[in-house]
Amino acid sequence: MSRQRNEFWLYFTLASAAGLAGLLLIPVVLLLILESLPLLAPAALWESLTSAAWHPRAGEFGLLAMMVASLLISALALALAAPLGILYAVWLNLYLPRRWTNRLRPLQELLAGIPSVVYGLWGLVVLVPMINSYAPPGASLLAAVLVLALMILPFSALVTDAALQAPIRHRMSAAQALAVSRWGTFRRVLWPEARATIIGGIVLQFGRALGETLAVVMVAGNVVQFPGSLFDPVRTLTANIALEMSYATGTHHTALFLSGLVLMLITLILMFQINRRGVAI
Amino acid sequence: MTIDRRDYGGFVLCSVAGITVIVPLVWMILALAQSGLPGLEWEFLVAAPSQSGRAGGIGPMIVSTALILGVCLAAIIPVGLGTSLYLSQYVSSTSPQASWLGYSLDVLAGTPSIVFALFGYQFFAITLGLGFSILAGGLTLACMTLPLMVRTSEQALRAVPLELHQAGEALALSRPGMIWHVLLPAAMPGIVAGTILSIGRALAETAVLLFTAGYVMRLPGSLLDSGRALSVHIFDMAMNVPGGMPVASRTALVLLTLVILINIGVRRMLLHHKRIYYEQTN
Repeated sequence: MSRQRNEFWLYFTLASAAGLAGLLLIPVVLLLILESLPLLAPAALWESLTSAAWHPRAGEFGLLAMMVASLLISALALALAAPLGILYAVWLNLYLPRRWTNRLRPLQELLAGIPSVVYGLWGLVVLVPMINSYAPPGASLLAAVLVLALMILPFSALVTDAALQAPIRHRMSAAQALAVSRWGTFRRVLWPEARATIIGGIVLQFGRALGETLAVVMVAGNVVQFPGSLFDPVRTLTANIALEMSYATGTHHTALFLSGLVLMLITLILMFQINRRGVAI
Repeated sequence: MTIDRRDYGGFVLCSVAGITVIVPLVWMILALAQSGLPGLEWEFLVAAPSQSGRAGGIGPMIVSTALILGVCLAAIIPVGLGTSLYLSQYVSSTSPQASWLGYSLDVLAGTPSIVFALFGYQFFAITLGLGFSILAGGLTLACMTLPLMVRTSEQALRAVPLELHQAGEALALSRPGMIWHVLLPAAMPGIVAGTILSIGRALAETAVLLFTAGYVMRLPGSLLDSGRALSVHIFDMAMNVPGGMPVASRTALVLLTLVILINIGVRRMLLHHKRIYYEQTN
């Protein structure tokens, strides 16, 4: 009898923990929707999503310029970091002596754990002054792209490295027996098999870049505008939330939550795409 | 390790890429060490800050960070372990419950941290009336790190060798006994590693804490006081305090050292775990 009761309490406790964890997403999404409700009416929503004029005092809350800046910065950072990360992992697995590989792998994991604010600090101290001496003001789209690229590089390398392990185990000896060149082994044997996982893992890094906040605040210059060149300062959606959250009231406050909702939706779409392609996350 | 002549092109390409990856990262750490190491003394770690942070130390920030992590762990360890035990004991990994849980946790894991900042600010700080406090900050961080905790401990629990399950069943252990005496001890290194990973994630977070735990530099008197975390201190010193850069670099070095120690800890733990597992199965 007491044994059954124990079992019941165990089930009850574990199920409540699981229920809590499983339902956590709902209040997060619900709160975002509730707080941005006034701007979710079709006309107002259309206005915010298609206007680039962000003048909170004048009651103008256009998110377009910041959405473009966010997507542009993340896309450029990914375009820099993805090929480098992939080639780095190939270097690690196919070209370097095992001894070096075993030293570099822990370094990679360590770099992936560096807080993003440290990358931001480096950008602020080293990168921004360098760009400034070439094309003022220095805090710019380019600085943000470089800092974010550096930040997601270790992750791109890690996911590629992990994705290459299974095909290397299964196919490497066959490729070597056929005397395929190393590059050929990667291009014709390993890449086709690992491509889906690598791309899935790297798309996730796009989400990481898109969601990064304070490292971008530190180096992007934070002017709401469409960037005319790589050296123009820009403000991203995340930076905007961080910069104005502390004093926003009324519709201004609502608009910031709407930015949060937009960010969350982009993330959801990304996750859904990856899930549909059947890529393990 | 000789390189075939056909491979010179690939070798050069990959080496250039590899060096391009390593150099800026090493450069970053060296630059940080160069500007942060002078003045990094014991006094800096324990003293209270003065002149809005430019002088003095980071003692209160270390205490606040530890308290925030404590709140976060007090929330994610029971909920995360409970969830992973539920997933590994009561539902199959293909059931609708498990896939909903998995999907919602994946979405949470991928959600930008600034969204958690909005949520934590509005829900914990305002709706629940916790204000800018260590409690609000820790709980928001818990929401953010819970998916990692669940995933890692679920993996550790599912990796417990079948022989141990069978042995437990042969002894007619009750389910609570099985969990307590067999599963948890066997999965413990993996669970601890997952917990440490979550701590690392929480330590690195800045945006969330800025809007939930606040940035008061005083030593917090209770969990309802605002407290400034190390990462927030770096950001504030670098951005808002003229002449705060050396302190920012120094604090960044301290944070980096913590992250590295955590990393080494996890590595040791998992290696040890592998060895035990290997000995058991051979």
